[in-house]
Amino acid sequence: MSEKKNPYSVETTGHVWDDNLGELLNEPPTWWRIGFHASWIFVVLYTIIYPSWPLIDTHFKGVTGWTSIKEYKEDLKEIETVRAKYEDKLPGMSAAAILADDELSNYVVRSAKVLFGDNCAACHGTGGAGNPGFPVLADDVWLYGGTIDAIEQSIVNGRKGIMPKMGGMQLSDVEINKLTAAIVDGTVTSEPLYMEKGCVACHMPDGKGMAAMGSANLTDGIWRFAPGTAESVKYTIKHGVNDASDLLTRKAEMPNFSGGKLTEVEMKKLAVYVHKLGGGQ
Amino acid sequence: MSKEEQSTDSAVYEELGSYHVNTGEETIHAKRMSGRFRNLKWLTSLSWLVFFFGPYIQYSGRQAILFDFPNRKFYFFDITILPQDVWLLSLVLLFFAILLAAVTSVVGRMFCGYFCFQTIWTDVFTWIEEKLEGKPAARHKLDKAPLSFTKVRIKATKYFFWLLISVFTGISFTAWFTDALQLWVDLFTMQAALAAIITVAMFTVGTFVLAGFMREQVCFWLCPYARIQGVMYDSETILPTYDTDRGEPRGRLKKGGTVEGNGDCISCNMCVAVCPTGVDIRDGQQEGCITCGLCLDACDSVMEKIKKPVGLIRYASLDEMLGKPQLPLFKRLRVLVYIGIMTLALSGIIYGLTHLGALELKVLHERQPLFVLQGDNSIQNKYEIKILNKTDVDEKIKLEVDGPEGMRVRGAENLLHAGMSRVTQYTIFLNIPKKNLTQTQVPVVFRIKMTGQDGEAEYKSMFFGPKQ
Repeated sequence: MSEKKNPYSVETTGHVWDDNLGELLNEPPTWWRIGFHASWIFVVLYTIIYPSWPLIDTHFKGVTGWTSIKEYKEDLKEIETVRAKYEDKLPGMSAAAILADDELSNYVVRSAKVLFGDNCAACHGTGGAGNPGFPVLADDVWLYGGTIDAIEQSIVNGRKGIMPKMGGMQLSDVEINKLTAAIVDGTVTSEPLYMEKGCVACHMPDGKGMAAMGSANLTDGIWRFAPGTAESVKYTIKHGVNDASDLLTRKAEMPNFSGGKLTEVEMKKLAVYVHKLGGGQ
Repeated sequence: MSKEEQSTDSAVYEELGSYHVNTGEETIHAKRMSGRFRNLKWLTSLSWLVFFFGPYIQYSGRQAILFDFPNRKFYFFDITILPQDVWLLSLVLLFFAILLAAVTSVVGRMFCGYFCFQTIWTDVFTWIEEKLEGKPAARHKLDKAPLSFTKVRIKATKYFFWLLISVFTGISFTAWFTDALQLWVDLFTMQAALAAIITVAMFTVGTFVLAGFMREQVCFWLCPYARIQGVMYDSETILPTYDTDRGEPRGRLKKGGTVEGNGDCISCNMCVAVCPTGVDIRDGQQEGCITCGLCLDACDSVMEKIKKPVGLIRYASLDEMLGKPQLPLFKRLRVLVYIGIMTLALSGIIYGLTHLGALELKVLHERQPLFVLQGDNSIQNKYEIKILNKTDVDEKIKLEVDGPEGMRVRGAENLLHAGMSRVTQYTIFLNIPKKNLTQTQVPVVFRIKMTGQDGEAEYKSMFFGPKQ
């Protein structure tokens, strides 16, 4: 390969491939060099401004002291200022007053969704759909009353109803079968045993239960311990609910959320949220 | 290596050596000549006045055309478009994309030559340059001249005027997105929003650099449309074309007439001198040609002087040059297909604009739980309804739901309030007695109606019950 064949005035590296391929020693293009220098200058500035170089037991913090957690907290503060318009009102208001205010209750429903998911949904299901052994919150049947105050009370103090076991000494198997059939039919009040054996004391003469005690309504189609089959009704009568004397008793306890688990405002929010799930009274 | 091989090698290198593309190392100083297409370009350039003065048009107490991003509204005279109707935009984009294709297939890069902001701003910038620095030769001389007071003065004046146009361009662009008059006030009192300042600055710098310094380099290397349009030509597209048969062999004019055997082209190089992108149209169609027709003006004026027929360079299609018959416009398949698509898009836009509606309703069925049994043996479903009020007044809305017999609606006992230009959300409960439910899913229709003015909307949803 002779130099004559190089029509350019630029030197080659002197290396020749395949007889006639040479590499010209051109300067890189200007735009490329600008890009190169801009890049390393950017890196240097970046590592000065932002946390970067690892040191022995820490790292260089950058002259601005920026951290992502700080930025996150600032963003959070921004959101809180937006929410403050509503949040500031909540401590001074009762749950009932919040519920009465359309805009406020709308806000609370949105903001309590997360609270409900964190604290309630594990037992009561998303959206208050209920779970086996745990009451549905989206219906209009309430053991302890469905007013906003009653719901708030349930959250603040928790609930633990009691039904004594009726199996063994109190009721014979035949009697239990009779009561069960009447309950499943929804006609328990016309069953003589209902009065005789004292069911009426808690479940009331009309069979609809009493909110103050949390005794269940035996006449509707909704079952505290689903499913409402003869088998499960029989079990409840036999072993009772929360009866300490029976190891097989049904366990039904709503824990209280006061005492640091939730703040007052959070409990109010949840009361409104639950009330608005579909069955508040 | 044999002698013969060596010579072919050299030929390859020679061709390589003569291959030359201006990548910005030489500034094109095009000559300005008057003529038909020059006048046409000024006229079409005027369409950009809309860009500068459009934002100040007022219509019933507000800016007639306003892209209000912070409030997510787009005003176009009578019409207010909210983000929910933005599907219209896709049709508008489709329409213009196909319009570009249609126009390109018929008359080539007419957009580049006559309407493109890059070529028009460059044209205005170079016009200022010529006023201040003189003819192309004088400009070349000034560029090469050593730094002197005069040079700095002339250049500084030129940059000043360029900057003035650039700033005005930047402000005018920004004015479409905010209150135009308030923007001026804010800019002069240093109160303008950061976004506004950044936009103005970006467009100022962009205009100054692109139109002032990069010029035809933008068309060559930056602009995607230049390339896209280039491949949309076909043999029926009319383009500025040098009539090779008539012009070749070219040769200089001798005293007293043409040389026998020579074509009409007298190698005066006028067509090259006036070209704003610095190409030689006589080399044939090429990427640098923005089809502005300025070389036609130049050549025609020369032809008139040497008493030859004009049109040595003219708008002509490849078919015409090859002597093939030319199809009329409406027999060309591409044109017809394009017009078809454009008509479709346009019908969609017109349909959309006439059916914008004042109300929009969305109904979301609660899925957890899907349905709830109530104490009275009815099944309850929960719905989140979203009412979009597109009008500029708060409205009271009446809600009705069509469903099976015995259905009760809870949550809409009172008229619902729907705030202007926004979505208002409500929770609605439907109760249907269990015995009235014959299937797992029952269709229900939500209907809303404004009480203050015309406007209604409906949404078909489903009511879910237990398995039958």
